[in-house]
Amino acid sequence: MMRFILPLVIFLILSVFLYKGLGRDTREVPSPLVGKAAPAFVLPQLYEPTKKFSPQEMLGKVWLMNVWASWCGACKDEHPLLLELSRQNIVPIVGLDYKDKAEDGQMTLNKAGNPYTLVIADADGKVGFDYGVYGVPETYLIDKKGMIAFKLIGAVTPENLREKILPRVAELQAK
Amino acid sequence: MMRNLLLLLLCLLPTLTFAGEAKDIADDPVLEHRMMLLAEKVRCLVCQSEPVSNSHSDWSKDVRQIMREKMKAGATDQEIMDMLVERFGKSVLFDPPVDRETMPLWLAPFILLLLGGLGLFYQLKKRRSQVGEAVLSVQDEQRASSLLNEPALNEKPAANKDSQA
Repeated sequence: MMRFILPLVIFLILSVFLYKGLGRDTREVPSPLVGKAAPAFVLPQLYEPTKKFSPQEMLGKVWLMNVWASWCGACKDEHPLLLELSRQNIVPIVGLDYKDKAEDGQMTLNKAGNPYTLVIADADGKVGFDYGVYGVPETYLIDKKGMIAFKLIGAVTPENLREKILPRVAELQAK
Repeated sequence: MMRNLLLLLLCLLPTLTFAGEAKDIADDPVLEHRMMLLAEKVRCLVCQSEPVSNSHSDWSKDVRQIMREKMKAGATDQEIMDMLVERFGKSVLFDPPVDRETMPLWLAPFILLLLGGLGLFYQLKKRRSQVGEAVLSVQDEQRASSLLNEPALNEKPAANKDSQA
C-alpha cells in the first residue's frame, strides 16, 4: 500500500510547487522600499521647468506616483485606465517622466491626454534609480506620512487596479 | 568597370566598423576594472540571468555609470552593494547573504540530500531483511563443497598455453 501512497504524495507536493511557479512572474522582484519612507527629491515640472516638485508637498495626502515615458510601450496600455482614474477624482496621480526628453513627454501627453495632477521630469533617471525603478511603467502608492505603501511593477490593469490599488487607497485614506 | 570598382569598395566597408563592447568606459582604467569586478556580482534585473557587467540593457548601463560615480566619490565596494540592495532588494546579488529570509534557499539542497539518503538507507535495510539467510540441505552442502574442492579443469591447459607463448 505504502508503495502507491508515497509516490502519490510526492507527486502531489511537487504539483503544488510547480502550479504555484506557473502563476509567478519572476521579473517581479519584491521591492525593499515598501514600508519605508519615499526617498526625498526635488525635480522640475515637465510643463514648467522653473517650478519644482518635492514629495514633501504631498504630506497628509494619499497619492500615486506613476513612472512612465514616451518611449515606453506598456505605458500606452495603462494610459486609458489612468485617464479614467483621474476623471473619478479618487486619488491624485503624479507622473514621473523617466529618462525622457521634455518635448517627447509633452507631445505624448498632449496627444493621448494628461491623467496627472502634476508631471515631473526625471531626465537622467537618478530619482527613478533611488526608487528602485528597473522596468517602466511602475506605480507607487504613498501614504499620508510619506511612506511607500505599495509598488506595482508593470502596467496598471483593470484587475490590479480593482484588487490591489484601489482597496489600499481607500484603506489609507480612511486612516 | 566603374560599377565593379564600386562593389569592391563596398565590400571593404565592413572593415571600417568596429565591434565595440561598451562605449561608456571611464577615463580611469583602474576604476573601470574595479567597477567591472563589482558589476559581475550584480544581477541585471531586466535580463535576470546576466550580470550587470556584460549586459547591454539601459538599466545595466545606468547601474555601471552610478557605480563609477560612487567610486569616484570614494565609496567602498560594500557601500555600493548596500546601496543597490537598499533600492532593488537582495535579488540583485548573485550571491545572496545567509540570513533568515534566504535560509530555506541555502538549506534546501542539504535537506533534500538528507531525505534522499534516509530513504535509500531504509530501502536497502528493508531489502536485506527480505532476502533472509539461505538454508542449505545436507546434500546441497556436500555438492557445493565437492564442486569447490575439485581441481579446476581449465587451469592446467591455460597455464600450458601461457608457458608456450
